[in-house]
Amino acid sequence: MEQKFLLKKAREVRRGICRMVNRAQQGHIGGALSETDYLVALYYHIMKVDPARPDWKDRDRFILSKGHCVEPLYYILADKGFFPREMLDTFSLPGSPLIGHTNREVPGIEMNTGALGHGLSGACGMALAAQKDQADWKVFCLLGDGELAEGSVWEAAMFAGHYHLDRLYLAIDRNRLQISGPTEELMSQEPLAQRFQSFGFDVAECDGNDSAAIIAALEASFHRPGKPHLLILNTLKGKGVSFMEGQTSWHHGRITQEELERALYDLREEED
Amino acid sequence: MKETIACRKAFSQTLLELAREDRDLYAVTSDARGSVTLNDFAKQLPDQLIECGIAEQNEIGVAAGMALAGKKVFVCAPAPFLSARGYEQLKLDVAYNRANVKVCGVSGGVSYGTLGTSHHALQDIASTRSLEGLTVLIPSDGAQTRWLTRWMARTEGPVYMRMGRNPVPGLYGPDTEFQVGKAMELKAGQDLSILAAGETVSIALEAARLLEARGISARILDLFSIKPLDTEAILKAARETWAILTVEEHCVYGGLGGMVAEVVSQSYPVPMTIMGLPDEHTYPGESPDVFRHYNLTPEGIAKQAQELFGKKQRQIAVMAKFFQQQEKRLTRITED
Ligand SMILES: [Mg+2]
Repeated sequence: MEQKFLLKKAREVRRGICRMVNRAQQGHIGGALSETDYLVALYYHIMKVDPARPDWKDRDRFILSKGHCVEPLYYILADKGFFPREMLDTFSLPGSPLIGHTNREVPGIEMNTGALGHGLSGACGMALAAQKDQADWKVFCLLGDGELAEGSVWEAAMFAGHYHLDRLYLAIDRNRLQISGPTEELMSQEPLAQRFQSFGFDVAECDGNDSAAIIAALEASFHRPGKPHLLILNTLKGKGVSFMEGQTSWHHGRITQEELERALYDLREEED
Repeated sequence: MKETIACRKAFSQTLLELAREDRDLYAVTSDARGSVTLNDFAKQLPDQLIECGIAEQNEIGVAAGMALAGKKVFVCAPAPFLSARGYEQLKLDVAYNRANVKVCGVSGGVSYGTLGTSHHALQDIASTRSLEGLTVLIPSDGAQTRWLTRWMARTEGPVYMRMGRNPVPGLYGPDTEFQVGKAMELKAGQDLSILAAGETVSIALEAARLLEARGISARILDLFSIKPLDTEAILKAARETWAILTVEEHCVYGGLGGMVAEVVSQSYPVPMTIMGLPDEHTYPGESPDVFRHYNLTPEGIAKQAQELFGKKQRQIAVMAKFFQQQEKRLTRITED
């Protein structure tokens, strides 16, 4: 039952992303599609959040460090009732708070990001605050793989390991592509798991385009206290839209009406 | 009783007092507890001191995250590193997020003397005051530092405060009340105004005493609140003294002189002289040597003030002549 719901929801979110990017004639669609299943897992199963009280003190926090892939987050927050759905139509339009990177003026967004390599430090600060208060809430943070070349990521990783920030749940959208091409050609990330392990992380890996697998991996990590956690999400950039999957050129792009129709067909509601 | 003390010490003492009363107040540092004089804090309140190691970018980002989770966070480290290495974090994590983080840079300007340019912060006024949403402060003495530290603890919002390393003479009594956004007039004067901030304020005040003996009455304004800026006091100085000299421990590009000129030139243009550090490799020496080299001394400032006063008088003479001609012309027109 739940797996079906998650699949359906992920397809719905992806359709929403394509419509937003089509309307705005811009957007970081490739990475938005690759991270969608993770966000679905977080917001429809894992995280304690309350749309009626976005500032609820004991809520779980999510920081999108790859802030340029904000479309699915906006879609999900609207779907959850953090703000009216109609606002999604204003994505990237002049005067809209739904700008092309996370914006704290939008209810449910925890931190403004955009420049890369910032989210993990902020997440560490939040996890440390929770640790100091011995609070129960968790901090989730998603980084892109291209982003890992930023030195500040490793400063933050060192910090997280040093302070045993076990309320911190880092995830990496390992789609192996960045704007100019494959990560391993541009700036290699491997051995990624070992790198984070050596910084004191509890590392797990899963199919990052399978919400149920993500939920299982995260829930298993909840029972491993004492270390900050990393979940490597093996994903496909452009996931779900046949002509975008694995294509570097769809890092950022416009979607024509015809392309939108093809995308929506790929993402159509499936029969039960 | 005015105390002579380094601003960083007045800061760390006050911070410790505040932190004792408030368990949500944290000092975050980057292997700089010695430079900031946080050793007592570390001993007495170890749980409220967050050591980040030598990593200013992460330090500021962590502080922002803690603040977004409801903590009051003071980032304490040398100004040259916080304001340069951590600049994007200051811009994005702190200012843009409106995080309640007070980024407190010690040993600003040329405090580190012979350690050289890498350890000088001579660009931070220009770079921080152009960040939207950020308050920028440069205290000139211990009492003001204590007051501003208490103000920061009770006021929400992002702040960058730069302090010097060396002991500075007391300029204010311990009970002096300040207002962020309001300059302090340390001395009245009619012939010209000298505007300064930080360590240069006390030097400017000494210069004013020299000038007094030479028959020139200089007004002294302490612009400790770099942002918000007291434009009213600046324009009043322009109107009432018709000449403004600025003195800063900062590059002459985009600093205190620049910000005063922005106000004066657009609303009440009067002759100005900007004193500070020129666009060159900083002269090697301890900070008094550097100050002396660039004439940032009572005598050096007095000399520039006299020149500016002469310039003002010449300008007034030219203007008087111009007005006379205008008057004649107007009279002719009326007679015709
Ligand atoms: Mg990538």
